[in-house]
Amino acid sequence: MGVVQYIAKRVGLYFAVLFIGLTITFFLPRFMPANPIDGYIGELQSRASGSLTSEAIAELRDNLEQLYGLKGDLFTQYVSFLNRVVLHFDFGPSFAFYPEPVSNIILNALPWTLTLLLTTTVLGWALGNMVGLVAGYFHTRKLATLLEIVGIMIYPIPYYILAVSLIILFAYIIPIFPLSPTFPVGDISLSKIWLIVYNSLLPAMALILAGFGWNILSMKALAVATTEEAYVTYARLKGTSHWTRMVRYVFRNAMLPQVTALALSIGTVFNGALLTEILFSFPGVGLIMRTAASGGDYNVLYGAITVSIVAVATAGLVIDLIYPLLDPRIRHK
Amino acid sequence: MTSTIDASTSDPVAASVSARSYGENFYWLLNVRLIIGLTIVMVLAVGSFILPLFNTVDPAAQATYWKNLPVSWEHLLGTNALGQDIFWFLVYAIRNSLMLGFVVALGVTIISTIIGLSAGYIGGAFERVVMLFVDTFITIPLLPVLIILGAVIRGNSNFLTVGFIIIIFGWAWGARTVRSMALTLREREFINMARFSGANTMDILMREIFPYVSAYLLVGFINTVLFAINTEATLAVIGLSKVEIPTLGSIIFWALSYNALFTGNYVWIVAPIVATVTLFVGLFLTSTGFNAAFASKRGVS
Repeated sequence: MGVVQYIAKRVGLYFAVLFIGLTITFFLPRFMPANPIDGYIGELQSRASGSLTSEAIAELRDNLEQLYGLKGDLFTQYVSFLNRVVLHFDFGPSFAFYPEPVSNIILNALPWTLTLLLTTTVLGWALGNMVGLVAGYFHTRKLATLLEIVGIMIYPIPYYILAVSLIILFAYIIPIFPLSPTFPVGDISLSKIWLIVYNSLLPAMALILAGFGWNILSMKALAVATTEEAYVTYARLKGTSHWTRMVRYVFRNAMLPQVTALALSIGTVFNGALLTEILFSFPGVGLIMRTAASGGDYNVLYGAITVSIVAVATAGLVIDLIYPLLDPRIRHK
Repeated sequence: MTSTIDASTSDPVAASVSARSYGENFYWLLNVRLIIGLTIVMVLAVGSFILPLFNTVDPAAQATYWKNLPVSWEHLLGTNALGQDIFWFLVYAIRNSLMLGFVVALGVTIISTIIGLSAGYIGGAFERVVMLFVDTFITIPLLPVLIILGAVIRGNSNFLTVGFIIIIFGWAWGARTVRSMALTLREREFINMARFSGANTMDILMREIFPYVSAYLLVGFINTVLFAINTEATLAVIGLSKVEIPTLGSIIFWALSYNALFTGNYVWIVAPIVATVTLFVGLFLTSTGFNAAFASKRGVS
């Protein structure tokens, strides 16, 4: 399979995934037993202590259906949903911040999420693989087992536990970081950047730790297998240093499955980022989703989930397109 | 194993050295993993299922006791700001989480096995379409989907709805793994043998391929239990699951929303964290222990 076919196939998969993903997120909530408009009207009704007339309710329902894009049969709704989202990137207005368009809200939050996500993913991947590489390359030594035990202890711990434990440790017991972080908005100045970085350190630490365990364990297993290969023995007999063998011989080969694994796990990584934002009040897409979920702001939720799917699918695509650069075997075939 | 024994009779010194550096250490580690893991899981599972038989008070009912009582014989972990006994809430939380994990893992394992085996074995256009859906489900980030569904069914949800949704979005990883196993199995001799002997596709899947895949299924099952408990707890921590029902996530949700740390009730939040970490490390050790045991049985290691 040549590079062109590889890319064409991958891009094709990308669009297919986007299409199916959008379709699923469109239909699934509509098959749920509850109707958001009924809930919303019920809430209004109870707030007005039952004083709404049935005509007023009917009119309200009509307006809400118009606004939510729930008019007409399922297929009409679906076509108009795809038309608005794909061609115009239009999710309608937000309810909580009416008439602010959802796309604006999300575009404001997206840079926060992406910056946090990219920095921590790259750092976490690099750190975890470095530790795993050392543990795997020197797997006959005692210290390597210790490193592996660290991986075993961290990997299964649920992410929310890691995050809450970090908050307890570094905001209550040793109060280095603020409990309720502040993220200034508006024009960027040097002092503001410092404040943002300082406040982002704890959430970033949680995210880096989250990917750490798996990368250590997986890289260790790969590095152990690669270290036993004949070409590594040959390199040792040639008299190359530990460093050269570890980095140029073992790491370059053991890295490839790890890159593929990163592309596949990017959805999980993204989940972690959203959860981080909610738990640490970081002003990204995750926090917006949480606020929208409790306020019943469905347009914002749809916008956020669409952007999430696009972001995750694109990240996977980019990693897979970088892959031929790392693996010469695909290029030369 | 036989080769080790043979070698030890011919050259005892070399054999003992190699056995100590590879074999013995490795087997020792693997057994210990499985034993520790299984012990932890069994103690927590049996304990959390048997203890409720001796309890007459609903642990989720509020204002049953005085608020924020310290640790004592009457209240092993004290009481929380809602007047609930923390120990009993935790026991029910572990039980409910384990139950949810078990039910979800059962559903996910059945679905992913059927889809993975049929895709890998039947192949062709069917396989390509199935794999497209598998890749899509792997790509879709789960948390946003769960948040949107949580918002839609808010109030009307029950605990099982959450489990059901996790099943819908959890089968893809397993299906992918089972399929790749089925792909390698498809080319093996004994499969062709069975086909030439007149077995149909269903027979081959059930009698020839399934026994091979079943070892993986056990490991995958345990990993899915982890995944399900984690997912529900995550939703609960941010308040989007059924938080009135005690689970490992909802207990932390309540502790966080009542600022357990500010009020000095450390036990309320530390106890569930310790319990969760113990349970997860236990389940993980069990799954890797089984994995290693199966691998050495097949002679892979």
